[in-house]
Amino acid sequence: MTDQTTKIECQNLSKIFKQRSGKVQIPVLESISLSVVENEFLVIVGPGQCGKTTLLRIIAGLETPTTGKVFLDGKEVTGPGPDRGMVFQKYTLFPWKTVMGNVEMGLKIGGMSKRQRREVASHYINLVGLQGFEKAYPHQLSGGMKQRVGIARAYANNPKVLLLDEPFGQLDAQTRYLMEQETARIWSVEKKTVIFVTNSIEEAVYLADRIVTLEGKLPGRLKSTYVVNLPRPREHIDKEFLEMRHTITKETELLL
Amino acid sequence: MNSETKLKDPLSLKIAPWVSVIGFFVVWQLLIDTEIVPRILLASPVEVGKLLIDKLTNPDPDGAVLMTHTIISLIEALLGYILALITGIPLGLLMGWFVVAEGLARPPFEMIRPIPPVAWIPLAIFWFGIGITGKVFIIWACAVVPCVINAYTGVRMANPTLIQMARTYGASDWQIFTKICIPSALPMVFGGLQIALALAWTTLVAAELIAADAGLGYLITMGRRLLRPDMIVLGMIMVGLTGWFIGNIIDRIERRLTAGLERGGAAT
Repeated sequence: MTDQTTKIECQNLSKIFKQRSGKVQIPVLESISLSVVENEFLVIVGPGQCGKTTLLRIIAGLETPTTGKVFLDGKEVTGPGPDRGMVFQKYTLFPWKTVMGNVEMGLKIGGMSKRQRREVASHYINLVGLQGFEKAYPHQLSGGMKQRVGIARAYANNPKVLLLDEPFGQLDAQTRYLMEQETARIWSVEKKTVIFVTNSIEEAVYLADRIVTLEGKLPGRLKSTYVVNLPRPREHIDKEFLEMRHTITKETELLL
Repeated sequence: MNSETKLKDPLSLKIAPWVSVIGFFVVWQLLIDTEIVPRILLASPVEVGKLLIDKLTNPDPDGAVLMTHTIISLIEALLGYILALITGIPLGLLMGWFVVAEGLARPPFEMIRPIPPVAWIPLAIFWFGIGITGKVFIIWACAVVPCVINAYTGVRMANPTLIQMARTYGASDWQIFTKICIPSALPMVFGGLQIALALAWTTLVAAELIAADAGLGYLITMGRRLLRPDMIVLGMIMVGLTGWFIGNIIDRIERRLTAGLERGGAAT
């Protein structure tokens, strides 16, 4: 289990998007209060268009909330920073850089020496199972491999919190299962505080220590919280797994 | 090329271009020999060929041998072109990313852009005379436009998610500019180089027709003044050949450079 130091604290967040004219206002999030403790794997579940990506982007500092604040280790978040590593839904790799070049990018920006960052990057390329592909370019990789690079890159930068925004949404079902297993394995090898956004309840039950669901319509509000105490590694067909999945599905208006 | 889908008989495909090219010259020669077209209006291919051989060594009547004219034109075009690259591309890149650069440079640029480069020729003569400098200025003025626009557009097309990702790593504006914007813009920049080159060459000939004391355009103008259609045609042919030649070289350079880029694919 996790220890109880609070890492991320969201206080009463709301977000209203304004159309350019300023007349139409779209409330996306409303009164979201949420905290994540150290090394916890939190999964936020909700259907499409429920504001979950916006919530993650606010925590990342890529959006500013209309009201409310986000704290990381007690300090207010005012913008993006290397203490929060993000894995995007779209494969966000530098097409002109190799796997190695992509993974070490954050470290290079941070000013680490070449030898050091090679070492760190190699470690995480191995951790995500891409050894031998260091010199490959993104267009030579499959979708699953691209997201592995994204995860390795986020890990390599050693952020305090990992933010994953539907990272496997573009993958086929088989690859998605495999990547869920891999994510759980990587997380068990190198514990991190993780906030993972998905629209799949099954994926949430497989990965999470704790699941929060968002309501299925705008503005997004927190609906329920579920603590998942199943032993790891989990099996999709275990009785408890299926019961948990069933309970959440019943209580959530998700279209699956 | 896939000849099957185009022509049933590959032999006629091989012969046809030769027939038309040879036919072209034969008809041209006959038109002059039979005086259907008077000699004062057009020179025959044979006359142009004779003049070509003569002009390799003879500077008369226009003051320079053919090689000198060609080289002067090339130097003028390349100097103006290179100046346009080293000023236009950085300016366009900066305008694409830095709001201040765009705010400062865009309005004057947009004001000057609609003026055709040829319209600068009279002022260029006032300022620089009819020597090399004036032509270099005019070439610069026309070639710099596609350099700026394409570099600007290339930066604007950089993947916004890549930029956000760099931000989450704490990248500074300058780091994002050098590490993301510039590499993303390169394919567009190369496109701009091609457009700029074609523009530079045509504008140069126009400038030389009006104000020059040497160069291929000057050779054509002198042909007009001396009522020598063979000089005019020779000048036209040299302009065409040289333009085709540089186009080929740039093509090759671009292919080699982008081959290196395409290992990574242009954009996701």
